[in-house]
Amino acid sequence: MEQAPLDPERQLQPAPIEPLGLPDSGLEATMTENNFGLKKIEISVSEAEKRTGRNAMNMQETYTAYLIETRSVEHTDGQSVLTDSLWRRYSEFELLRNYLLVYYPHVVVPPLPEKRAEFVWHKLSADNMDPDFVERRRIGLENFLLRIASHPILCRDKIFYLFLTQEGNWKETVNETGFQLKADSRLKALNATFRVKNPDKRFTELKHYSDELQSVISHLLRVRARVADRLYGVYKVHGNYGRVFSEWSAIEKEMGDGLQSAGHHMDVYASSIDDILEDEEHYADQLKEYLFYAEALRAVCRKHELMQYDLEMAAQDLASKKQQCEELATGTVRTFSLKGMTTKLFGQETPEQREARIKVLEEQINEGEQQLKSKNLEGREFVKNAWADIERFKEQKNRDLKEALISYAVMQISMCKKGIQVWTNAKECFSKM
Amino acid sequence: MGTLGGAGLAAAAGGARTPGMEGERPASPARSSGLPAGGADGESPGGGAPFPGSSGSSAPLQGEVLDLDEDEDDLEVFSKDASLMDMNSFSPMMPTSPLSMINQIKFEDEPDLKDLFITVDEPESHVTTIETFITYRIITKTSRGEFDSSEFEVRRRYQDFLWLKGKLEETHPTLIIPPLPEKFIVKGMVERFNDDFIETRRKALQKFLNRIADHPTLTFNEDFKVFLTAQASELSSHKKQGPGLLSRMGQTVRAVASSMRGVKNRPEEFMEMNNFIEIFSQKINLIDKISQRIYKEEREYLDEMKEYGPIYILWSAPEEDLVDTLKDVASCIDKCCKATEKRMSGLSEALLPVVHEYVLYSEILMGVMKRRDQIQAELDSRVEALTYKKADTDLLTEEIGKLEDKVECANNALKADWERWKQNMQNDIKSAFTDMAEENIHYYEQCLATWESFLTSQTDLHLEEDSEDKP
Repeated sequence: MEQAPLDPERQLQPAPIEPLGLPDSGLEATMTENNFGLKKIEISVSEAEKRTGRNAMNMQETYTAYLIETRSVEHTDGQSVLTDSLWRRYSEFELLRNYLLVYYPHVVVPPLPEKRAEFVWHKLSADNMDPDFVERRRIGLENFLLRIASHPILCRDKIFYLFLTQEGNWKETVNETGFQLKADSRLKALNATFRVKNPDKRFTELKHYSDELQSVISHLLRVRARVADRLYGVYKVHGNYGRVFSEWSAIEKEMGDGLQSAGHHMDVYASSIDDILEDEEHYADQLKEYLFYAEALRAVCRKHELMQYDLEMAAQDLASKKQQCEELATGTVRTFSLKGMTTKLFGQETPEQREARIKVLEEQINEGEQQLKSKNLEGREFVKNAWADIERFKEQKNRDLKEALISYAVMQISMCKKGIQVWTNAKECFSKM
Repeated sequence: MGTLGGAGLAAAAGGARTPGMEGERPASPARSSGLPAGGADGESPGGGAPFPGSSGSSAPLQGEVLDLDEDEDDLEVFSKDASLMDMNSFSPMMPTSPLSMINQIKFEDEPDLKDLFITVDEPESHVTTIETFITYRIITKTSRGEFDSSEFEVRRRYQDFLWLKGKLEETHPTLIIPPLPEKFIVKGMVERFNDDFIETRRKALQKFLNRIADHPTLTFNEDFKVFLTAQASELSSHKKQGPGLLSRMGQTVRAVASSMRGVKNRPEEFMEMNNFIEIFSQKINLIDKISQRIYKEEREYLDEMKEYGPIYILWSAPEEDLVDTLKDVASCIDKCCKATEKRMSGLSEALLPVVHEYVLYSEILMGVMKRRDQIQAELDSRVEALTYKKADTDLLTEEIGKLEDKVECANNALKADWERWKQNMQNDIKSAFTDMAEENIHYYEQCLATWESFLTSQTDLHLEEDSEDKP
């Protein structure tokens, strides 16, 4: 059963002993339990380090590695003990996510922070090696892991558990699951999207919503970056006052002191923008997460379309086989078949041949009916589970976005207060000139 | 003169300036009023320049201007004001001397004692076969005796202002004549008759005339009076008077020649002054550039912000649960946009014109410095001639005597005006920057209020929702 939404803090909800069994759900995690039956863990991505190594083509490359630390929190005294600590690079996070996408298609899988810096305003570097970018990515990766750890289904996945605990050979372990083979091809999914006849209306709506969300957040991020750029300009130009006032004060007797000290405040004002915009970048990151979540939503919709299409195809196939069978049995030819054609051209078949064919068809029809039944069941299960996760996601989204908007307001308030302070000081200096 | 007593003088509200007093006007000890110590606007050697309004003999006070019946009240008013001044202390019982009253009127910052009010408005376009130009209406209100009326309305074009400035510079080469707005704004201006350009110019022209009116010496200049009062035809004929083009050219040639000789003996205080002017000019130009740049950046910030807010509204459409929050954010951003607009207009009214005026002033100062140097150079060249050529010593000595007077007058005029100018500059700059700071404070206060009220509404909502969820 689904568990209640979890607090945004780091701790995992306790995992029951029996994991939910889902067909095709990959390796189940069995969290070890202590005597009290419950265990909480804390996950943090605490450091980032530049490394050099050799890539698959034996060429030297530079990359960043991230330190993941896992702590278990003792139930009794709340103290945390470091249980695991290992280094992972971005590509391993990607591998984990791709695995989760394949094995939990009904789950809105949390997105990774962006691979390359986008929506940058001019001062912000687009360089992946830039320390600010790396720092923000570190936070993003930590957030990713925490989202998984607080997801009622994903948190129990063994591969995820191993990601946190098994440094060596983890990649091999993942690949051994053969998840890449299970993945639906993009082409197949695209095909299904266009040809499916009766997808669940809710998923169609959800797809529209995710498109809108993506479009509006992209637009927002773009304009926000431009606004940040301009704001930077306004603040920084004021810094020039500082320099010129200082030079001017040298020739002034009475005005000198006032000018000089006012100039100092102009410098303070100009440099205050750096922190302000750094804070705002955090807001942008929160929005970006939901921008990328839109893609995760679409993935679930696609899976539904694929399953539905599959189902429709199977039903269609079954129907045509039944038709054929009926025709053979009754002797009427209503549908075109190659066999029918050749029969007409090359002569009738013997009753024995016809019997044989009917038998084969009947077998196929039986099989088909079984398959259809299970596909139907699968489909309904999928829709039920997916929808449950989508509801969970919606609540999470509403909470998170509201919090992000509120924190944006808090940032604006802080910026205004700083502004008032600086200009009040400057005004005092001017009035003393 | 004898008929003029305290009572008569005091009659006009605000204090009449009496004509014919000029010759006895001393520089007041407490306030340097910009008058040359040696007498009248005496740049020309050997005598006072004709005093505005006087036609040789002291003109009697105009009856219609001064209300002699109310002299008792006005005397009271006057004495009351006078007692506030640290300058001349006298009791209400003592008849105030005309001279002391005139000296009081020269204070820059005493608007109640101003007796010349000028406004420039109503720009009008005129089209002729040759050209198109703009005239401005100039209304002058005055209580001064030497004016024929108390109110005048004339129309002038930019050329006329140029003429006036030229005449003032000619008459008072070492006084700091206020700047005129530029002929054209080089960058960004395609059409000469753009509305903003006209409005900016109008304001600057008004400033120009009022600065002259407030100047203790320039305010009595005859050309100034003609400019304010004469009808178009009168003005044309007046313009034709005075030193002809050739003599003006002659002056220029001599000036250039003497400036090429260089200034060897510039007195120390003028060296200091020159140094100040050079540095001030640099700095004020930079401040002008910086201020213009800030305005530009703010405009661009505003443009982006205007696009930013509506996106939140767009977003609110597909979001059922976040509609209100998103719309509120959009409205906050919109309010901040309005605050930004206000901040920008404050900047363009309070700061930019003042800084720009002082950029122009810095050029004027350099010109004044040059002219002073030229006058000195003339003297120096004669002195040099005397040392080398023994011929015509008597003539030269006489010339030198006159030039020495001229130099002394010029230097004193400049010194006094310099102090006055610096004081004004300090006040204006202080005022402009204080206003700018005030605008910024106000801007941030408005934005703060907007976001704080948003936050409150969100937390209120949150509490409401919480209480709803609880069983």
